[in-house]
Amino acid sequence: MSTASAAKLTRKDFVSDQDVRWCPGCGDYAILAQVQKVFPELGVPKENVVFISGIGCSSRFPYYMNTYGFHSIHGRAPAIATGLKVSRPDLMVWVVTGDGDGLSIGGNHLMHALRRNVDLKILLFNNRIYGLTKGQYSPTSELGKVTKSTPVGSADHPLNPLLLALGVDATFIARTIDVEAKHQQDIIKRAAEHKGATFVEILQNCNVYNDGAFASLTDKETKANTQLVLEHGKPMIFGKNKDRGIRLKGLTPEVVTLGNGIGVSDLLVHDETDPVLGFLLSRMTPPAFPMPIGVIRVTEKPTFDALMNHQIQDAMEKSGAGDLEKLLHQGDVWTVK
Amino acid sequence: MATNPVGAPLQRPVQERENVVIRFAGDSGDGMQVTGMQFTTESVFAGNNIGTLPDFPAEIRAPTGTLYGVSAFQVNFSSRNVYTPGDDLDALVIMNPAALKTNLEDLKQNGILILDKAEFNEPNLKKAQYTVNPLEDGSLDKYQTYPVEITKMTTLALKDMNLPNRSVTRSRNFFALGVVSWLFNRPIEPTLNWIKDRFKRNPEVMEANTRALKGGYNLAENSELFASSYEVKPAQIAPGVYRNITGNTATALGFIAAAKKAGLPIFLGSYPITPASDILHELAGYKNFNVYTFQAEDEIAGVGAALGAAFGGAIGITTTSGPGMNLKAETVGLAAAVELPLIITDIQRAGPSTGMPTKPEQADLLQALYGRHGEAPLPVIAASTPADCFYAAFEAVRIAVKYMTPVILLTDGYLASASEPWLLPRVADLPDFKVEFRTDPQGFFPYLRDEGTLARPWARPGTPGLEHRIGGLEKDYLTGNISYAPSNHEQMVRVRYRKMAKITQEIPPTKIDGPERGKLLVIGWGSTYGSITAGVKEFQGQGKAVSHIHLRYLNPLPPDLGEIIARFDKVLVPEMNMGQLLRVLRAEYLVDAVGLNKIQGRPFKVSEITAKIARMLEE
Repeated sequence: MSTASAAKLTRKDFVSDQDVRWCPGCGDYAILAQVQKVFPELGVPKENVVFISGIGCSSRFPYYMNTYGFHSIHGRAPAIATGLKVSRPDLMVWVVTGDGDGLSIGGNHLMHALRRNVDLKILLFNNRIYGLTKGQYSPTSELGKVTKSTPVGSADHPLNPLLLALGVDATFIARTIDVEAKHQQDIIKRAAEHKGATFVEILQNCNVYNDGAFASLTDKETKANTQLVLEHGKPMIFGKNKDRGIRLKGLTPEVVTLGNGIGVSDLLVHDETDPVLGFLLSRMTPPAFPMPIGVIRVTEKPTFDALMNHQIQDAMEKSGAGDLEKLLHQGDVWTVK
Repeated sequence: MATNPVGAPLQRPVQERENVVIRFAGDSGDGMQVTGMQFTTESVFAGNNIGTLPDFPAEIRAPTGTLYGVSAFQVNFSSRNVYTPGDDLDALVIMNPAALKTNLEDLKQNGILILDKAEFNEPNLKKAQYTVNPLEDGSLDKYQTYPVEITKMTTLALKDMNLPNRSVTRSRNFFALGVVSWLFNRPIEPTLNWIKDRFKRNPEVMEANTRALKGGYNLAENSELFASSYEVKPAQIAPGVYRNITGNTATALGFIAAAKKAGLPIFLGSYPITPASDILHELAGYKNFNVYTFQAEDEIAGVGAALGAAFGGAIGITTTSGPGMNLKAETVGLAAAVELPLIITDIQRAGPSTGMPTKPEQADLLQALYGRHGEAPLPVIAASTPADCFYAAFEAVRIAVKYMTPVILLTDGYLASASEPWLLPRVADLPDFKVEFRTDPQGFFPYLRDEGTLARPWARPGTPGLEHRIGGLEKDYLTGNISYAPSNHEQMVRVRYRKMAKITQEIPPTKIDGPERGKLLVIGWGSTYGSITAGVKEFQGQGKAVSHIHLRYLNPLPPDLGEIIARFDKVLVPEMNMGQLLRVLRAEYLVDAVGLNKIQGRPFKVSEITAKIARMLEE
């Protein structure tokens, strides 16, 4: 990818001429703004960027980015993106999905794209509700969720997106929040730089059908006590007065207050490369724990697209570029005179 | 071309036959497919025209000796033209009682029946549900029955090799092939060479199979088993270079040839399904032709990935069979909406549901034509013979990229695994259609159409200045931006139909086999080609005004078809379904066409076609 033309790009270059049609106050606006802000800094020419989405509110995203885009069908974006990325490794391919699109109807494709480590940047907007179909519960809705389709409460246990990603050994797993602009920008940049399948869960408020789902995490008064901002190599400290932390008791994390014989050195130190720690963090949910945000886990392994392209290059080097005449004449041929 | 490989002069009279239909049948572990294919190769080397019909169970290794575990391979070899694998059998080679029970009804009276005597023991007879041994109750008297000690003689031939029993019985099929090769004066060198190549890493098996083959041949030659042998003289065959090819291999090669002519890589996104998987296997071996093969997590991901690759400028292909078509339908609808080239290949099999996965049917035609949500017309192309799969696949790709449209390619389970000699085309004779992507931002709109084809531009990601968004939502006629305008939607639906109408300019004048007008027109499509051709030729030979049209394009239909139909008194449409093309033709041309429908997971016999034609001519 040449960066010469990309260096001069600004946020405006990534804004398409289409009217943004999300509901006023939707968390998606904030995410769009952060993505458009970060993109000029990535040094990628906008013609080399493709956004692919499925169906749902989040999936309108590609229409608003002035890059190449493909708004496809419900749940299938990771599959479509896989075909594109494998055959066009020169492109930077992003997938935008939601908790319904990515975890319900498209759970299979998400799982396999992450498992294969296709070099896709996957952003999953999690608002714990179905917005576009007007307010049914989603696979991440809490048990007992009262919605139009579950008037006496849902009977489904919710799915934890980070645990799914860990379960298939995704190579980049992170979580951020729609209204945390700076944090979100940092995570998007880290995702863009990672080589391999990236999975970013963005907690996003649907102010029409599930308003306040993450209020305790985003409320200025409470968020210092409810967010655990992860930094690689740093102890896990949180709280308004930076006086609380996470300590390991046996194999179980616990919340402790610093002082009374408990020091910083007793706390867990975040290590992005440790899958066991990633597992512990992914299982920490409010109200018992603060919500971890940041990079949960990073690792390196060969990408699917690179392996597939190596096979083709190898074959070409070994057997030469295919000769059609020879191909047709291979095997038992005979001549009739 | 036929020579006697062991050099000894034949002592017995040779009877000449114009053609012979033979079937090998045994347990699915008996190697009947290999035996049949090798007999085919020998017949090709003997200079005959051939038609083949493999027939095998869906179970990989069904319990030994059972009726449902029987696997068979039929070969029709002739000194004249061959259009089908043949109807009734002149000869039947049987490896066990179960194979006898399931195949005997197809053997002609006084036909040659060769069977392995030792296999007709108590346990095997029981498994085949015989209460009395058919070798002893006189039920085989109306055939020329030859009980040969195949197992015993194979064991003797391999005695000093000290092989385990299991290995010895694995060579039985080559012993049988040797016997039959002598009986029909086939050269065994092609099979000896094949054994040498196939088992080069396993010298013991190579030796065992070689001995078994020669042993069978020598037994037939030197014993008084047969009173005479048979010969089918070489056929008059058009000069050129030939190879024997199955439909699935031909399909794969057709895709590669077309992609090469288009100058683009292939991206095959597929999920294994019988009987389509061999196309995936075949293409996976041609990476040096810039072929990506992606075994996806499911049918939906297979077609989705192919569509994503098409967006990026590759020839996107997916291969499947009936049930997979249903799963892909939503993505095919998207492909129709975003107007990207995509090849959806349906190797039809007997349905509904899992149905009979290894048996052919033509029951997905209406699904191919109409099986989508909304109005989403697509070109539908069908192959008619195994070798024709090459040209049909090639044409599907050419139409897809020229008109920027998904194309459905229909073959079936019979074409997939049946084979025929293929007169190889010269690469230079295949049409060139090098694809030029849109690169000029001046005046670019994603849905600005070419007047001649109504195709929209193919603008790949990575092209500066052409950044645009496509998707499933209805688009503005020109800009491609989301539009819910009522009149725009109607305009878009209509233009998608008009594009199909444009494709009629690709269809050559319809070839009529027979008189231009007359009493009866037989219209077929797909794998019924051989049976219909052979059947119609019988009447033409008697000077009857019976003609045959075989459709390659099911959508759009040939523009001259209505006018041709009007020149005949009656129209017959034989199909391996309940009358799907029939329904289309009746609706399209208001013609009182009649169907002939066979839904048994088996191709038509020629006699079934001729019987119907005869009845219609009498009426």
